[in-house]
Amino acid sequence: MTLDTVKNAEQTPDVELPWAALGLKEDEYLRIREILGRRPTGAELAMYSVMWSEHCSYKSSKVHLRQFGEKAPQSDAMLVGIGENAGVVDVGQGYAVTFKIESHNHPSYVEPYQGAATGVGGIVRDIISMGARPVAVMDPLRFGAPDHPDTKRVLPGVVAGIGGYGNCLGLPNIGGEVVFDSCYQGNPLVNALAVGVMKHEDIHLAKASGAGNKVVLYGARTGGDGIGGASILASETFEGGTPTKRPAVQVGDPFQEKLLIECTLEAFRAQLVVGIQDLGAAGLSCATSELASNGSGGMRCDLDDVPLRDATLTPEEILMSESQERMCAVVEPEKVDAFLAICEKWDVTATVIGEVTDGDRLEIFWHGEKIVDVDPRTVAHDGPVYERPYHRPSWQDALQADAPTAERLARPATGDELRASVLALVGSVNQADKSWITSQYDRFVLGNTVLAMPEDSGMIRVDESTNLGVAIATDGNGRYAKLDPYTGAQLALAEAYRNVAATGAKPLAVSDCLNFGSPEDPEVMWQFAEATRGLADGCLELGTPVTGGNVSLYNQTGTEAIHPTPVVAVLGVIDDVTRRTPMAFAEEGQLVYLLGDTRDELGGSAWAQVAHDHLGGLPPKLDLDREKLLAEILIAASRDGMIDAAHDLSDGGLIQAAVESALKGEQGLRLIVPDGLDPFVFLFSESAGRAIVSVPRSEELRFTEMCGVRGLPATRIGVVDGDVIELQGQFTLPLAELREANTGVIEALLA
Amino acid sequence: MTARVGVVTFPGSLDDRDALRAVKLAGAEPVALWHRDKDLHQVDAVVLPGGFSYGDYLRAGAISRFSPVMETIIEQAKGGMPVLGICNGFQVLTESHLLPGAMLRNNHLHFVCKDQKLRVENNGTAWTSDYAQGQEIMIPLKNMDGRFTADRRTIDELEAEGRVVFRYLDGNPNGSIDDIAGITNAAGNVVGLMPHPEHAVEPIVGTGGTDGTGFFTSILKRLVNA
Repeated sequence: MTLDTVKNAEQTPDVELPWAALGLKEDEYLRIREILGRRPTGAELAMYSVMWSEHCSYKSSKVHLRQFGEKAPQSDAMLVGIGENAGVVDVGQGYAVTFKIESHNHPSYVEPYQGAATGVGGIVRDIISMGARPVAVMDPLRFGAPDHPDTKRVLPGVVAGIGGYGNCLGLPNIGGEVVFDSCYQGNPLVNALAVGVMKHEDIHLAKASGAGNKVVLYGARTGGDGIGGASILASETFEGGTPTKRPAVQVGDPFQEKLLIECTLEAFRAQLVVGIQDLGAAGLSCATSELASNGSGGMRCDLDDVPLRDATLTPEEILMSESQERMCAVVEPEKVDAFLAICEKWDVTATVIGEVTDGDRLEIFWHGEKIVDVDPRTVAHDGPVYERPYHRPSWQDALQADAPTAERLARPATGDELRASVLALVGSVNQADKSWITSQYDRFVLGNTVLAMPEDSGMIRVDESTNLGVAIATDGNGRYAKLDPYTGAQLALAEAYRNVAATGAKPLAVSDCLNFGSPEDPEVMWQFAEATRGLADGCLELGTPVTGGNVSLYNQTGTEAIHPTPVVAVLGVIDDVTRRTPMAFAEEGQLVYLLGDTRDELGGSAWAQVAHDHLGGLPPKLDLDREKLLAEILIAASRDGMIDAAHDLSDGGLIQAAVESALKGEQGLRLIVPDGLDPFVFLFSESAGRAIVSVPRSEELRFTEMCGVRGLPATRIGVVDGDVIELQGQFTLPLAELREANTGVIEALLA
Repeated sequence: MTARVGVVTFPGSLDDRDALRAVKLAGAEPVALWHRDKDLHQVDAVVLPGGFSYGDYLRAGAISRFSPVMETIIEQAKGGMPVLGICNGFQVLTESHLLPGAMLRNNHLHFVCKDQKLRVENNGTAWTSDYAQGQEIMIPLKNMDGRFTADRRTIDELEAEGRVVFRYLDGNPNGSIDDIAGITNAAGNVVGLMPHPEHAVEPIVGTGGTDGTGFFTSILKRLVNA
């Protein structure tokens, strides 16, 4: 095969190129020809195809994502906003924190272990490329029906992959979610979050400035894994009967990534780096075009200098390869030796593959011949933008009309029925203890883990001398979002916000992972439009800007899309981690208060799913002012020592939270139904804006006065006592019986 | 005067900074040692930390054992220098033949991370003198290859000589023989265990307890009083 050089492309305008097989649409291909004024070379086509894929270009979502910028609340905490590898937030004392959540859904379905493992690896490289030391990871996971045989294939592989990679990398895994629903059967959601810490002056941006500066590729050698991963896997719906795409999933090497972290941070500390970019989706195509287009000049690279694992790779494959654990740095010529010496110290392969040039072209050479000559901005930033048509689904009204009223769904009425319903709820797979999964993750490494799952949020100490810390929670509820995507997205935001506040931290910023079906389906696109609108409005009102995130579309098999599943991560700061509020009700005699209002809100609830396999009606109403007030009360109460424990109320309602806090604290509860509330609604409603807290008797007056003055309803609902959960006049449940129902559920599924 | 306690960083060491922190909190002077450097920089004792040195490729600890720093450590350990191997460090010690036996994959084939109760079976070693004989302590356990094994004769010898230093309580987390969590050499200066005492030295992080502090105060007292 002859090399397809730029010259060759000019001379052979009519050669047919496999643009469709690379995932490009015809109009996109024509646009590339128009930009170049000729047909692209094979290498150029490879670059455009990956960079213009849905995964890399956000072509369907861009017009909606703009709201996150347009509606961004004024926040002094934002140091770096959307568009960089990850957003950066000021947490005080000279520290900055960067965090981001991403999806690795499709690869994790094809090859659960490697898909999930490389999802962790990718998000961690985003964090290091900002100049931060990664300090923790989290993994929100969604799987298909618990009893489906394929869940037994996907779940253990995903969990082992996250553990295998994260544990070996030495990052504590401090939280996340595990949800089962048959809507995720062929499309499990494997989202990964990483958080990193740095000093303000250490923030680095990905750009290649200064003609003559060298481009250094370092880390793993480039192999044939993951070729076309971004364009093919993440951007096309799985169809039955097509050949396996297993080779498009990358293979991870966490040991190499650990070396990459240490090596990169040492190079940053020594001030040897102008700009840096990790190689993730679209590999070298992405790194070179993004570095060049964010800088002031152009760039030229020699692919012959790229260290290869497989000498038979073509230049197109080298550009598209998604081999993991690689980074690209821009280094001033006089600092190159020092940079290479640090790489050598850490046994990391590093090679100068090119340099920044004066012009505005990205030029790539192979065997001395020019095979790419493009304006890098047209590759990285000027991809297609689609205004996809969307409309409210035809079934939406009927779904919302099917409310879980007492007439529609039989409700437990007697004490015995309520007791049985509680056991069924806490023993259901979504509400059960998840320690079979979380015990496979190292939560201790680095020695700064203050809180980890199953706490409301994970918390990491940032400074050992001042006890400054950060808390992060991720939440999403596809059932709510299916009923009403606008409110569902806001409920996810509110829950994560509440979870952060429940541990005593002040919410500061948001990262989101938007998991949806095919954007080519107008009804799915409506869900996406509604959810992004809801999230942007919610962030504006709560004063927590979106700092970045990720969109994952095409999560559907055939015409069956997943529930719209916006997963929201909220990051908060706490001045003194020794004041953190845990979830365990551990002190006998303390008073249990319910904060917030409880209404008859069972639409999309865990109870409706467990008892009736029902999804219909409207999700709980949301009052963002109330959420803010609740958060302020929880933070103040933590700071001033008025409460010893707190737990947010969300899916499963009050009884689920109460059982979790009681089991964690190994103490029983005596509960009373507040006046005017139906016992069933009291136990199972999922009204938003609520939490339960455990108050020392000596603090009761101070606490209730604070709530009274601020106008937050606080109802005394019981006391921490004994070894049973008793609902006065209704039922008694021994902790041992609750524990037995709540634990071992996942193990039993996989047995 | 205080004691200098070195912590080795191999490529892939993960709990090295945590071990340095624990040494410091106990009042000793922490010294970072590098795997390529044969020089121990006048340390009085060495901790081989947890992690996945060399990615645990080939076999946990099998490659680290050949690193330059280990040449000196093996030589000095035989001369009586106190050495503590934690998790991956324990694996390095058995690979180096400073301690007998070997670690197999956990019998349930999963990584396990938990708060683990242990009993101190021998408080006569360089690293356990601050514990009471028979004391029960809570120390985090986190590993994939933690199942201690050895031939029956070696186990009998370890038991007979009181060289089993820690035993798992309330259930064996990995299938290790006789619930063994940690052992010592005949001289009592080299100790290896799978659980991580360096993650139980501050009340606000890790297990939320300080049961691991005794390892580091034990060695400090011994070195200062030597």
